[in-house]
Amino acid sequence: MKNVPDTETKIKLTSDRSGIETQGIKYVMNPFDEYAVEAALQLKEKFKDDTTVTVMSLGPDRVVETLRTALAMGADEAVHVWDPAFEGSDMLSGAKILAKVAEKMEFDLILGGKQGIDYDSMQTCAAVAEHLGIPQVQIVIALEISDDKTSIVARRRIEGGDEVVNIKLPAVVTCEKGLNEPRYASLPGIMKAKKKEIKKIGLSDLEGLSAADVGASGSATKIVGYEPLAERAPCRMLEGEPGQQVSDLVRALREDAKVI
Amino acid sequence: MADDLPKGGSFLIEETDPASIFTPEDFTEEQRMFAKTAEDFIHNEVIPKIEQTEAKEEGVMVELLKKSGELGLLMIDVPEKYGGLELDKATSMLVTEVISKGGAFAVTYAVHIGIGTLPVSYFGTPVQKEKYLTKLATGELIGSYALTEAGSGSDALAAKTRADLSDDGKYYILNGEKTFLSNGGFADLIIVFAKVGGEEFSAFIVERGYDGLTLGAEEKKLGIRGSSTVQIFLDNVKVPVENLLGEKGKGHKIAFNILNVGRFKLGVGSVGSAKIAIDDSIKYANERQQFGKPIASFGMIKNKIANMATYTYVTESMSYRTAGLMDGILSPIDRDADDASELTMKGIEEYVTECSIMKVKGTEMIGYVADESVQIFGGYGYVEDYPAERYFRDARIGRIYEGTNEINRMLIPGMLLKRAMKGEIPLMAAAKKLQDELLEFPMMEETEEEGLLIEEKKLVQNVKKVSLLTAGVAVQKFMDKLQDQQGVLGNLADIIIEAYGMESALLRTLKIAASKGEDGADVVFKMTRLYIYDTIGKIDQWAREVLAACSDGDELRTMLAALRRLTRNIPVDTLGLRLEIADYFIEKEKYEI
Ligand SMILES: Cc1cc2nc3c(=O)[nH]c(=O)nc-3n(C[C@H](O)[C@H](O)[C@H](O)COP(=O)(O)OP(=O)(O)OC[C@H]3O[C@@H](n4cnc5c(N)ncnc54)[C@H](O)[C@@H]3O)c2cc1C
Repeated sequence: MKNVPDTETKIKLTSDRSGIETQGIKYVMNPFDEYAVEAALQLKEKFKDDTTVTVMSLGPDRVVETLRTALAMGADEAVHVWDPAFEGSDMLSGAKILAKVAEKMEFDLILGGKQGIDYDSMQTCAAVAEHLGIPQVQIVIALEISDDKTSIVARRRIEGGDEVVNIKLPAVVTCEKGLNEPRYASLPGIMKAKKKEIKKIGLSDLEGLSAADVGASGSATKIVGYEPLAERAPCRMLEGEPGQQVSDLVRALREDAKVI
Repeated sequence: MADDLPKGGSFLIEETDPASIFTPEDFTEEQRMFAKTAEDFIHNEVIPKIEQTEAKEEGVMVELLKKSGELGLLMIDVPEKYGGLELDKATSMLVTEVISKGGAFAVTYAVHIGIGTLPVSYFGTPVQKEKYLTKLATGELIGSYALTEAGSGSDALAAKTRADLSDDGKYYILNGEKTFLSNGGFADLIIVFAKVGGEEFSAFIVERGYDGLTLGAEEKKLGIRGSSTVQIFLDNVKVPVENLLGEKGKGHKIAFNILNVGRFKLGVGSVGSAKIAIDDSIKYANERQQFGKPIASFGMIKNKIANMATYTYVTESMSYRTAGLMDGILSPIDRDADDASELTMKGIEEYVTECSIMKVKGTEMIGYVADESVQIFGGYGYVEDYPAERYFRDARIGRIYEGTNEINRMLIPGMLLKRAMKGEIPLMAAAKKLQDELLEFPMMEETEEEGLLIEEKKLVQNVKKVSLLTAGVAVQKFMDKLQDQQGVLGNLADIIIEAYGMESALLRTLKIAASKGEDGADVVFKMTRLYIYDTIGKIDQWAREVLAACSDGDELRTMLAALRRLTRNIPVDTLGLRLEIADYFIEKEKYEI
């Protein structure tokens, strides 16, 4: 999971347009990742056995707060993946790192959000699955796991309908709005989370990965610049009787906007 | 009480180190997470249901309260021993602030955790706590508080409801009527105040299901329409003697101490209500175009936005400074000790003046903010499709309940003088010293100091001196008849309130500047200057009235000369400051420091 600027943030570009102004931005858990955390917690509740939910996030120190939120929601363990060498990683090199971390752990299922609402690339989880050589289902709106934890049935939204996929575990699943209603971090949960440890993993902990594989040098893409959105034209309110408003609207669409 | 803790009311005579006060900038990651949960709950659960709750749709409000209980939001102030979280007052105030964005839900919530739960928490026996408090903490039981009667509101101790011991000595039989019972429509427990034998004012824990207890119809109210307010009738209600709360005849102690807590919570609640009104107003002002421009670009609209934000900043600074004082005195108390409740009460009592100040300041600040919010929305502020009219209506109750603002204004100088007479703070000595110093001619000019906000600091010190000067003169003139001089008391209260307000904002701003540097403190700097220069003129006017009421002729002239020396100032460009302050918030589109 990652943390992203709060949806209400007004994004401003730096003066040279090489990035965004990060000062004053409030970061929150990526909303699609909330569905993933909730899905994981529901599985844990279903199996009631030794199922462990581990959350992991790649990013600078600010992601710790988001990890803490997931712990407060009920996750058991958290892993904070960061190293100065990771700075500048794109989705693909990020996925390389995350896959390496996952390899070190035992797992049945990796859940993620369908996309980060900041860069909207929808690539990280897919690439993690590729690196690990395991199957993946994206944009899932319903999820059933078999009682013996060997396979899942996932429903995903596609153009004009739903597709139902049955795959073997371990696998990667990305979560879409509608899958569940993420729970809030309760106050007692927040207090418990304070006592849980957040494990740190850096480059030296990841065998077979060198500085050249990660960061800007390990990335397949490079951001060359940012452009602000064009200013939106002000709203125009139509007044008068409904009949009058309709004819004004038709005229405006035809003559001013020239769309009909 | 530890020696290094400031005494209640001592801000008037002592200097406070900015580093020593608690400010919202001091919240920990954990406290911010608590607030985030409350914020998400309000935005995702409460606000989308406001239409239903305002229409009093059956069960909706109760369900919301229960849901907040599941998240642990009702157990913040409850001791761990009884299933609570036992968190500090700063946390509890922060959560109350955030919840206060939820309109009538906030009242329902505050009544439950405050006047509904605290009487049992502070005054209950272990058995009563085990039976009731544990369930109030989770929301399994909903609480309420019946003090007011048709014939006794402000004069609460004149209640007529009576309690008589049954012949077998097992029950108190309650008879009477209570009005304006918040949460009454759905409460499971009611703290009822009644006089044993018609004499001894006492409190009882009354269960909703007891025979003889009936509810009146829901009041049709100006605001907070989603909250329940009913009358109750007690007709030979048999209350087991075990349900007497606290000592017989000591009900006033419960009534007043619980109100104190309610008062500072109401102050900080106003801050939350103000923030949502400001956020909505700025968003609207940025979107609404007239004369081809967003209305946010007009000077008079900016003027309002700057004032709204500044008054909110000041009240917020006062609130959390008070929270810090409370935590300073309450946190060392061993909650498991037998005298824990008594010490807690004493701790809160120490800061009664500050509690009343918060109540008056907060509820009047939101009155202004909500009113200007309607104005920014224009005609749309007057119709129910937009939230401004509800903010305006909802704000109005604050000045009436938890002790009207008139009653609290009397308490502010009243309590201070009482403490001074008892020798708890050396107020009188300070007033005497000041008078001598001021009447000496010429007054010693202080050495020129250098540093941030130096002029403003001096003005704040002088305002504190004005409060001593006027209070001293009033006491000398009216002696023990001062209680009957409500005009004078009201002005003294206003001067004291503003002294606390100006100083709290100044101290917080200096603390922010110390940690973030002058650049990081730019907007709070401006708000502090604006507020101090804006208010100094009012202080002067209030003080002149007091002096004229207490003296005449040469004596008055001498006093006025002394006052002039204290309030004299060279104005700064407050109009310009307002534009700059407004631009900062308009750009952010919300109240955020
Ligand atoms: C929506 C709502 C919810 C409430 N919830 C509760 C609740 O849950 N429990 C509860 O017990 N009560 C509750 N109250 C009652 C509330 O606390 C009282 O209304 C309040 O204390 C004022 O009493 P009153 O209405 O009798 O006004 P009065 O006391 O008659 O006052 C009328 C006016 O006279 C002024 N006044 C009175 N005495 C003096 C004086 N000595 N000097 C100067 N001015 C004075 C007052 O300030 C006020 O302006 C609620 C009220 C409302 C409207």
